[in-house]
Amino acid sequence: MKKTVKKLYLFLIYLFLYAPVFTLIIFSFNNSKSRAHWDGFTLRWYGELFQDRQIISSLSYTLTVALLASLMATIVGTAAAVGIFNMNRLAKSFVMNLTYLPVLNPDIVTGISLMILFIFMNLKLGFVTLLLAHITFNLPYVILSVLPKLKQLNKHLYEAALDLGAVPLHAFRKVILPEIMPGVITGFLLAFTLSLDDFIISFFTTGSGVSTLSITVYSMARRGVNPKINALSTLMFIVVLVLLLIINKRSSGGEDSSGAKETAKLSNLI
Amino acid sequence: MKKGWISYPYIFWMILFTLVPLILVLYYSLTATDPSGVTVFTAENFRTFMQPIYMKVLMRSVILALASTLICLLLGYPVAMILSGRDLSHRNLMVLLFIIPMWMNFLLRTYAWMTILDRKGVINSLLGMAGLPQLNILYTDAAVILGMVYNFLPFMVLPIFSVLSKIDRSVVEAAEDLGSDSFTVFRRIIFPLSLPGVVSGITMVFMPAVTTFIISKLLGGSQYMLIGNLIEDQFTRVYDWNFGSAVSIVMMLLILVSMGVMSRYDKEEMGGGLL
Amino acid sequence: MRKNRIIAPVLAALLLAVLLTACNGAGSAPGKVTINVFNWGEYIGETTIADFEKAYPDIKVNYENFTTNEDMYVKIKTGGSAYDVAIPSDYMIKRMLDEGLLDKIDMKNVPNYKYIDDRFKALSYDPGNEYSVPYMWGTVGILYNKKMVSDPVDNWGILWNEKYRKQIIMPDSERDSIGVTLKMLGYSMNTKNTTELEEAKEALIRQKPLVQAYVVDEVRDIMIGESAALAVVWSGDAYFCMSENENLAYAIPKEGTNYWFDSMVIPSTSKHKKEAETFINFMCDPKIAYNNTEYIGYATPNTEVMKMLDPGLVADRNAYPLKEDLENSEIFEYPGDEINKEYSRIWTEVKAD
Repeated sequence: MKKTVKKLYLFLIYLFLYAPVFTLIIFSFNNSKSRAHWDGFTLRWYGELFQDRQIISSLSYTLTVALLASLMATIVGTAAAVGIFNMNRLAKSFVMNLTYLPVLNPDIVTGISLMILFIFMNLKLGFVTLLLAHITFNLPYVILSVLPKLKQLNKHLYEAALDLGAVPLHAFRKVILPEIMPGVITGFLLAFTLSLDDFIISFFTTGSGVSTLSITVYSMARRGVNPKINALSTLMFIVVLVLLLIINKRSSGGEDSSGAKETAKLSNLI
Repeated sequence: MKKGWISYPYIFWMILFTLVPLILVLYYSLTATDPSGVTVFTAENFRTFMQPIYMKVLMRSVILALASTLICLLLGYPVAMILSGRDLSHRNLMVLLFIIPMWMNFLLRTYAWMTILDRKGVINSLLGMAGLPQLNILYTDAAVILGMVYNFLPFMVLPIFSVLSKIDRSVVEAAEDLGSDSFTVFRRIIFPLSLPGVVSGITMVFMPAVTTFIISKLLGGSQYMLIGNLIEDQFTRVYDWNFGSAVSIVMMLLILVSMGVMSRYDKEEMGGGLL
Repeated sequence: MRKNRIIAPVLAALLLAVLLTACNGAGSAPGKVTINVFNWGEYIGETTIADFEKAYPDIKVNYENFTTNEDMYVKIKTGGSAYDVAIPSDYMIKRMLDEGLLDKIDMKNVPNYKYIDDRFKALSYDPGNEYSVPYMWGTVGILYNKKMVSDPVDNWGILWNEKYRKQIIMPDSERDSIGVTLKMLGYSMNTKNTTELEEAKEALIRQKPLVQAYVVDEVRDIMIGESAALAVVWSGDAYFCMSENENLAYAIPKEGTNYWFDSMVIPSTSKHKKEAETFINFMCDPKIAYNNTEYIGYATPNTEVMKMLDPGLVADRNAYPLKEDLENSEIFEYPGDEINKEYSRIWTEVKAD
C-alpha cells in the first residue's frame, strides 16, 4: 500500500514536470497553430524552423558564445584555482569573496551592472560584450569545481616530480593536471550549460542584432503561439536526452557506482 | 606553482567585470542629475523606494517567493525521500528522468505553460471534453506561483536528495531496532539530518524566486510587478538608472539578509551547499 | 580519463554544429555590409527582408524587434547598439530629433519618396521632411468580440465596465494606456496638467481588477482565440485579428482617439547611411509596400499601394479615416523631459499597484 502511494505521488510529480515538455512536443506536429484542436500530423514546422533566419542565427550565436566562453573560463579559471590554492589566508579570503559575487548576485543585477559598465567604457553592445559577460559569470563556477580537486591532491607528488628534475611546467602538466582533470571537465561542462541557458545577463549585455536562443524565444513568445518554437523545443529535448543518457552511462560505469549521485551533484551546481 | 601570479589575470578580470560594475551601480544609486545637468550625491533614490507603492512591490515579491518556496518544500521533500529510499528500483533512471526537464531552456518551459494555462489552452480543452468548468489560470498570481514552483522544484529536491542519500543507514536501523516507529525515526533522525539540504534547497529556490521578472511578465500578464520587473522597467522603458540602481542595491541587500538568515541554520561551510 | 572519451567526440560535434550554423546564419562575407534594422514586432511583410537581400546581395540585414517607443528610445539613446534604420512613432521622432539622435536623410537616395501621399508630408514632428520617411499610419481603438460584448462599443468608458471583469486587455505601453484614460476623462492625450494625470492614474488603478493582462503583441492571439472580450489595440492589429476571426470588430470611440504615424529614420550612430537609405527606398517601392501592408494589416501612406488594395478596405473609415473622422483625435506630442517623467512614473505606479 505504502509503495503504491509512493509510486503514485512520484508519477504525479513527474507528470507535472513533463506536462509542458510533452505539450510542446505533441503540438509541434499539429497541422494548425491552435492549442486546442488537433488538425492532423505534419512536419512542416520543422521545415520552417530551419528556414527561419532569426532562429538559426541565434542558435549559432548561442553555441559559439557558450563554447568560447566556457573554454576561456576553463583555462583562466583553472590557472586561477591553482594560484588561489597557494595563496595566504588573507588573499585567498579576498579572492574567494570576489569569486562568490557573481554566484550570489541575482542575474538581473549582474546583467544591469555589466550593461552600465560597458556603456560607461563606451563599448558597443554586441558579440564582444556578450562574450565578456558570459566569461565573467562562468569563471567562478570553474574555480569552484577545480578547487576541491586541488584540495584532494597529494602535495608531495609535485615536489617529488621537481626533485626528480622536472621543470615546474612539465611537473604541472604531468602530475597536477591529470589529478584535477575531472574538476576541470566538470567546470567546463557547467560553464557551457550555464551559458547555453542564460537569458537575463545576455538580455542586458547584447545588442546590434546579436541574439541568443533564449532572447529569440522570449521575443517570439511575446508575439504569440509559434509552432516553430515547439519544433525547436522538441529537437532540443532530444539532444538533451541523448547527452544526459551518455553522461549517465559513463559515470555509472566508472569508479563512482552511484551514477545518480554524480548526475545529481552535477545538476546541483546549476 | 607556488607563485600566486598565475591567478592575477583572473583577479584583474573579476575586479574589472564584477567589482567595478557594482561600484558603478552603487554610484548611480546615490546620485541624481538635477534639471541643470549637475550630478549631485543624494539619498533621494532610496527615499523614493521607501514610498508605500514600492514597498508593496517588495512585499509582493517576498510573499510570492515565500509561497513558492513553501510549496516547493512541501512537494519536494517527499520526492527526495522517495528517490533516496532504499526500496526504489531503477534509482539512477528515476533521478535522471527528474533532471532532464531542468536542462530544457528556461524560457521554453515558461512559454509552454503559457500555452497550457491559456483560457483556450490544453487544460481547458481537456476540462471541456470532460464537461468540467473552465479554469482561468493564465495571467493570475496562481500562474506566477505555478511557474516559479515548476522552474525551481528541482533546486529544492536535489540538495535534499543529496543529503538524504548520505545518511548512514546504520543510524536509521539502530533507531528502528531500539523500537521507534517510522514517524519518530523521521522526526528525530532523518529530518534533523536532512536540514542542511533543506536549508540549501530553500536558499536555492527563494533567491531566484524573489529576483525573477520573466515569470511574472509572461505568466502574470505584467499585472504583478515584482522587484525584478521594477528594475527591468527602470533600465529599459523609464531610463532612470539612478532609481533602478537604488532598487538593485535594495535587491542585493534582500539577498544578503536572506543568506544571513539561512546561514544561521546552516552549520556547514557555504561552499558545501554547492558541491 | 574515462571522461576524456566522451569529451572529445562531444566537443567535435559542437565545433561542427557551430561551424555549420555560422556558415548558415551569422557569417558575413567580406565586402558585404550589414545593416541593423530596428522595428516593431509583426510589422513587416513575410518575405520583405529576404526580398531586399536578393535585390541587394551586398547588403545583409540584421532584424531586431522592440515592443514600445520607450524601449526603442532607451536602446538607441544609451548608444550601446548601432542601428542603421529604426521605425519609431511621431512623438518619439520629435524627441530624438530634438536630442540630436537622428541623421538627415538624403532624399536624393530615396526616389520612391514620390509615392508618399502629400497628406503625410510636412507633419508637425518633421516639418522639413528631412529626417523621416513615413512607413505606416493608423489609429488606436477598441477591438471587441461581437459575441461577448452586448453593449454598444462607442466610448472608452466601456473598458471600465464591471460586466467585463477580467475580459479586458490593456496595452503595456504608457502613452497608449494613459492616453485612452485621459480621453475617457475628457482631457487631452497630451496634457501637461499634473492634476489631470493623477486622475488618469487613479482611473487606471481602479480599472486594474477588471484587466486580464497588460500586453502588447500577445493581444492578437488572445483576441483571435476569444480569451478576452475587449482590447485596446492599434488599427493594423485589429484588422489582422478580424481577418482571422469574423466575430471580432473594431471601433473608434466617439470621444476621439490617438492617430499616429510611424516613420523610418536613420539614427546618428549608423555607420552605413547609404545602405540605410537604400533600405528605406526599398520599403517605399509600391510592390514591397503592398506586401508589407497586406501582411500586417496597417494603413499605408503610399499612393500607389492604395490603388492596389481592395477598394472596400480603403473606403473603410476605421482603417483609412478621413480628416473629419479625426476631429476629436490627437497625435501624440512629446511633452518635454519633466512631464514625460511624470507619464513614466504614473505607468510604473499603475503596474506596481
